[in-house]
Amino acid sequence: MELADIINPKNLVYKKPPLLTSTTMHYCPGCSHGVIHRLLAEVIEDMGIQEKTIGVSPVGCAVFAYNYIDIDWQEAAHGRAPAVATGIARTNPDKVVFTYQGDGDLASIGAAEILHACNRGEDMVVIFVNNGIYGMTGGQMAPTTLLGQITATTPNGREAGRNGYPLKITELIAQLPGTSYVTRQSVQTPAAIRKCKKAISKAFQAAIDKKGTSFVEVVSTCNMNWKMTPVKANEWMVENMFPFYVPGDLKDSSKNNPESYTPLKN
Amino acid sequence: MGELRLMKGNEVIAEAAIRCGCDGYFGYPITPQSEVMETLMDREPWNETGMVVLQAESEIASIHMVYGAAASGKKVLTSSSSPGISLMAEGISYIAGAELPCLIVNVQRGGPGLGTIQPSQADYFQSTKGGGHGDYRLIVLAPSSVQEMNDFVELGFKLAFKYRNPAMILSDGAIGQMMEKVVLADYIPRMTTEEIDKKYGSWATNGKKVNRQKNVITSLEMDSLKMEVNNQRLQAKYAKMEEEEVLFEEIQCEDAEYILVAFGSSSRVCQKSVDIAREKGIKLGLLRPITLFPFPKKPIAALAKRVKGFLVVEMNAGQMVEDVQLAVGCGLPVKHYGRMGGIIPTPSEVVDALEQKLIGG
Repeated sequence: MELADIINPKNLVYKKPPLLTSTTMHYCPGCSHGVIHRLLAEVIEDMGIQEKTIGVSPVGCAVFAYNYIDIDWQEAAHGRAPAVATGIARTNPDKVVFTYQGDGDLASIGAAEILHACNRGEDMVVIFVNNGIYGMTGGQMAPTTLLGQITATTPNGREAGRNGYPLKITELIAQLPGTSYVTRQSVQTPAAIRKCKKAISKAFQAAIDKKGTSFVEVVSTCNMNWKMTPVKANEWMVENMFPFYVPGDLKDSSKNNPESYTPLKN
Repeated sequence: MGELRLMKGNEVIAEAAIRCGCDGYFGYPITPQSEVMETLMDREPWNETGMVVLQAESEIASIHMVYGAAASGKKVLTSSSSPGISLMAEGISYIAGAELPCLIVNVQRGGPGLGTIQPSQADYFQSTKGGGHGDYRLIVLAPSSVQEMNDFVELGFKLAFKYRNPAMILSDGAIGQMMEKVVLADYIPRMTTEEIDKKYGSWATNGKKVNRQKNVITSLEMDSLKMEVNNQRLQAKYAKMEEEEVLFEEIQCEDAEYILVAFGSSSRVCQKSVDIAREKGIKLGLLRPITLFPFPKKPIAALAKRVKGFLVVEMNAGQMVEDVQLAVGCGLPVKHYGRMGGIIPTPSEVVDALEQKLIGG
């Protein structure tokens, strides 16, 4: 196919979703955030919920998420997005609220907030982008950094005795009765992207249906701080992260029976 | 005339919040203010007005829940005591930076650290000079009675929404725990979504409507020149508060030669000190700042032109005294008398201090 054919409007099969703004993204070339943002914009548009969706952006690389999707946004303090989202969701039960958080934000400084929001079963969606490293601050160890993985603060590789173990927070979240749908996805191939979009849609539907918290982990790359090409980073992720952070659904309460608790009689 | 009741200061905060059409309370237990949330949970306002009450996992979470709800245009509050307010400091700075209206109640206890659960005024600096990072101010109201605990809930919200700025009620364990009679306010209905859209639609993040741009609540600005403009806007707002919102009370200041300056619990003590001193023939008056920020600089400066000296009485090591010294701004003696660690001074102790530090000195 010639260039003239490719750019011919008649042959257009793929375009920028209307909810994705024209602001130039600040993400590094090869970063997974852009793809995930696009999926969110598509899902919000497909579901027709632009007017009632409020996003909460984190501290970290996605801090400027509010510049890229054309909905109302709040920028939260580091780790506090689930608390901020709780405040919105509780006082605006007719709205759809989601947080968008990285691994440092969600699993380190915000570990208390995410566990408690999920345990209360706040009707909201959590998008958890796990690339195993701090991006914005320049490649330091994250709670999800693999053992042996080299980062700016583990220059000889993460060592369990000194740095502790990588945290499978999604597995913890899946155990909480407040969560309805907990899944681990990725966006390194067209097939994975399509699957991830389905998962995000399902998560939003569960929140709209007041089923509790839905949690979508997206195992991602940070090729800049991993110091790899984008292609190599995708390969490294599949080879090293997937065996530890195994993709797939961890919990689907529409299929599994949710745990039942009997309150004490007073 | 509203309903007359005998209530604890902390209970009144809860009752006033329900009655003023509050949309939500988010808090975490800490002595000596736990009755605020206990009263709310007992009252079950969600059945009555639809007000949300949530026990959060920490003070950190509480203040960020307040951030989220306030940013959607809702009328929300939290309450805590000194160590809990320290935990909230980051969130309060974000709320001030993002210019969100909300109410924070601090029922102070003695510090530093875990300190004590007895009343204190040692969070004056924290409340009036910042507490969190960056150049910001809270509107700080200092109640000296259970009645004012009631009245300052609605007043705090009114000022918070007027300026899109967090307001704080700076109380203490004595006022929170003591029972007094109080005239409760009449019920104000909660605002509807339509009313919120109409009033706060230009900034509130409650869903982007087709007829407006997306609203974004943030305190972030990477361009230093723009960030300086943001700071200038905040400072202009604080300057306007200093012009328009100062509240204070003068008791027997007309013929006074000496002035006590005290707020909250210590001002209640000082009312009696004024009587004792006058029985002894000392012409003593009391100036009680009601807003600690904006601080009543002008009335203090005016008194400084005709009195012999000031004694600032605080339940701390000397904090507000610095603001009084700045307001007096001349060689006139400005002394401090304080008790710390949860001790409330007695009225005669204050008069003794006055005689030793000012009259005898």
